[in-house]
Amino acid sequence: MKLSGAKILLECLREQGVDTVFGYPGGTILNVYDALCDYTETIRHILTSHEQGAAHAADGYARSSGKVGVCFATSGPGATNLVTGIATAHIDSSPVVFITCNVSEELIGKDSFQEVDIVGISMPITKCSYLVRDVDSLADIVREAFAVARGGRPGPVLIDIVRNVTVAEADYTPLPREDHAANGRLGALIRRASHDLRAPEPDSVDIDRLVEMVAQAQRPLVICGGGVVRSRAQDEFKAFVEKIDSPVAITVMGCGGFPGRNPLTTGMIGMHGTQASNLASEQCDLLIAVGCRFSDRVGIRFDCFAQNAKVVQIDIDRSEINKNVQTDHHIVGDAKQVLALLNKKVSKAEHSEWKGQVFSWSTETEYEDVPGTLTPKEVMSAIARILPERTIVSTDVGQHQMWALQHFRFCYPGQLLTSGGFGTMGFGLGAAMGAKAANPEQVVLHVTGDGSFRMNCNELSTVEHYGLPVITCILNNKTLGMVRQWQSLIYDKRHSQTDLYRGPDFIKLAEAYQLGGKRVTTLPELEEALSEALAFGKGYVIDCAIDSDEMVRPMVRAGTQITQFLLD
Amino acid sequence: MGNTKKLHTLAVQVDNEAGVLSQVSRMFSRKGYNIESLAVGATNNPKVSRITIEVLADDAHAELLCNQLRKLLPVHLVKLLEPHQSIRRELVLIKVRAPDSETRNDVFQISHIFRGSIIDVCSETLTISLIGTEEKIEAAQMLLAEFGIKELVRTGMIALERGRYTIDEDTKEKGEFNYGKHVL
Repeated sequence: MKLSGAKILLECLREQGVDTVFGYPGGTILNVYDALCDYTETIRHILTSHEQGAAHAADGYARSSGKVGVCFATSGPGATNLVTGIATAHIDSSPVVFITCNVSEELIGKDSFQEVDIVGISMPITKCSYLVRDVDSLADIVREAFAVARGGRPGPVLIDIVRNVTVAEADYTPLPREDHAANGRLGALIRRASHDLRAPEPDSVDIDRLVEMVAQAQRPLVICGGGVVRSRAQDEFKAFVEKIDSPVAITVMGCGGFPGRNPLTTGMIGMHGTQASNLASEQCDLLIAVGCRFSDRVGIRFDCFAQNAKVVQIDIDRSEINKNVQTDHHIVGDAKQVLALLNKKVSKAEHSEWKGQVFSWSTETEYEDVPGTLTPKEVMSAIARILPERTIVSTDVGQHQMWALQHFRFCYPGQLLTSGGFGTMGFGLGAAMGAKAANPEQVVLHVTGDGSFRMNCNELSTVEHYGLPVITCILNNKTLGMVRQWQSLIYDKRHSQTDLYRGPDFIKLAEAYQLGGKRVTTLPELEEALSEALAFGKGYVIDCAIDSDEMVRPMVRAGTQITQFLLD
Repeated sequence: MGNTKKLHTLAVQVDNEAGVLSQVSRMFSRKGYNIESLAVGATNNPKVSRITIEVLADDAHAELLCNQLRKLLPVHLVKLLEPHQSIRRELVLIKVRAPDSETRNDVFQISHIFRGSIIDVCSETLTISLIGTEEKIEAAQMLLAEFGIKELVRTGMIALERGRYTIDEDTKEKGEFNYGKHVL
C-alpha cells in the first residue's frame, strides 16, 4: 500500500513493538506528529519539557526494560539538545533509536532555519547515524537501525529524515520483525561475511583455556561489569562465581548483575571502591572481568592494575580487549552465552582461605552517625528500609550517586539507572520517568543532589502531567559535593564556584508543579515523608538537608594505584 | 608488543557511499591519531571503496585502531599490511622551475634517473610525475629543490599485499572473521 513517509515511520515502529515514544515536536517533524494522531491507540507519546529530558527518558526506558527506547526531536536545536542524551546512552551501551527530522531537500546546505548536520554531530556518539533522503529507503533504514541498536553491544542510533521524505509516498509492505534479518538492507548487511546478527559463538578453545586457568587459580576475583546487566546474564553469572567460589567486585555499570547481598560480593571496585574489592584486585592471581571495559574509574592506573594476576576479559566488543588493561586471555562473546558454556565445563572449587583474607578487609564504608543531623548513610538506609526491595533507582551524578551505589543492594539487572560512563548531571529525573513508563507497577526512586536536580528539574512538569509518580530524594548539601570534595582534598580547600547557597525552594517548586514535597532534617521526618511519598500517588520531592563537608569514602585519587586510598 | 611508534599501513574496504570517509577519518582524530597519508578510490567492485591509511602508532595501538574501524557499519574489511609483505607506491607531481634549456636538460636527466616522466612543459617550468616509496620521492625532491620547486602534490600511499594473498583471505584468522565485526 502507498503511505506517506511519516506513516511508514510509525508503521515501522509498530513492527518493532514500540509502545512509548518520548519527544518534542517542531517545524520539520510536523508531519510525523500529524500522523501520530492516527496511532494514539498503539503508540503513547510523552511530551517532555526539553529534548534532553526526552533523550534520558528513552534511555531510562531502555535500561530498565531491556527494550529499545525511542525518542523524537525536530531539526536544529531540537536535535542538538539530544546530544548529551545520545552520548550518555552511547558510553553506557543503552539501545535507543533517536529520530530527528531535518529541513527539506531543497533547503539542505543553505544554512536554513533550524538546519544542522546532526548526522555529522552524532557520528562519534552513535553506533550508526543515518540520513534518509529517499522515502523508498525509509522502512529499510528504520528496520536496520533497530537491529543495530539492539544487537551485539547495544547502543544508540540516530535516523535523520529530511522533511520532504515525511510527506512523500512510497509502497509499504508490512514485515514482521523476525523476517527483517533476511530482507533489505539489514539482510545485505548480515550476509556480508563479517557481519552476523546472532551473538558470536564463543570459541571452545578459548573456553577450555579459561577453564584451565580457573582450575589453577588459588586467589580468583571476578568483576561484574555492565555487560552482565545488558545481556541479562545474572543467573549464569551467579552460577559461575558460586561454582568457582570466587569473590565478586561490582562496577558502577555492573550493579544489579549480581545480588548486592550475596555473601561473595566485595562491593564496588575502583575510585570509590571498597577496601575488599580494591585490595583483592591487587592480590588476586586470576582476575576475570565479565562485560567490563576497565574504565579509568575502575582501573585507575592501567599499568599496575591487577599486576599480580592473570587478567582475563570477557566482552562482546572486540575493540574493548586490551584497550585499557593488557590481558593474558580474552573471550569475545555475549556474557550470557560465554558464562553458560563456562558453567558446563568449569569444575567446582573452594577458596575458603582466600575468601577469608578478602572478607577480612571491609566491604562497606563505616560512615559516622552524627546525632541530630541526617547523614547520607541514614538517608539511604531509611529508603532501603521503607521502599520495596525491587524499587528501581535512578541517580544523577556526584556524591549522592556514589552513596546510593554504596548503600543500596541492587538485586536485578535494570534496577539501577545511572550515568556511569558519561557522568551526566541531570540524567536521573528523565531516566526515572522512562523507567516508570516502562514499569508502571514498580516504585521508581530518583536519588539526586541539589546541583544535579537543578539541571533538569523542569521535567517535574512531565512527571505531573503524565502521572508518572517518581519519588525524588534530594541529598541537599548546598554545594556541588563531589567537586567540593576534590577541592577540599586536592585543591587546598579553595572552594571555587561550588557553593550553592541559593534557591529555589525545592518544595515550593514541587508545589508549583502540583506535586507533593517535604523538607526533612531528621530521620523520623524522612521516614514519614517516604511513607507519604509511597502513598501519595503523584510525584513527590523529598529535600534532605545534609552536611556540606560529608565526603564519599573510600577514595583513590585519579592516576594513582588502586590500593593507595586517599581516604579510607 | 612494542612501544615504539612506527608507520603502519592500513588497508580498509568500505561501502562506496557519502559520509563513509569522514566516519573513518574522524575515528583516527577521535582516538588522538594523525593520519600521515590517505588515499581513496573505488575498487573493481564499484560499490566498494578502498582506503589506504598510514598512521604513526605502536603495534598494540595499531591493532586497537583496526578493531575500532571494524566496528563501523560501512567498513567491510580492515588489514594491517606488513611492510616486508606488501608493496607501497605513491604518485607525486612536481612542477620545477626551468627557464632555460640547460636547466630543462638537468631536470630531465634527474627525472630520468628516478624513472619519472615529464608530463608538462612550458618556457618556465617542467612538470614531472614520479612513482615510488617515500625514500625515492624524498631523494628526487631533494635534488630538484636546487632548481626551485614551484608546486608539489602527492596522492598518498597505496598498498597491496605481495603474492597471492588478498585482503579478504586474511580476516579469517581467529577472533576477526568470527567476532570482529560484532556490531549487530
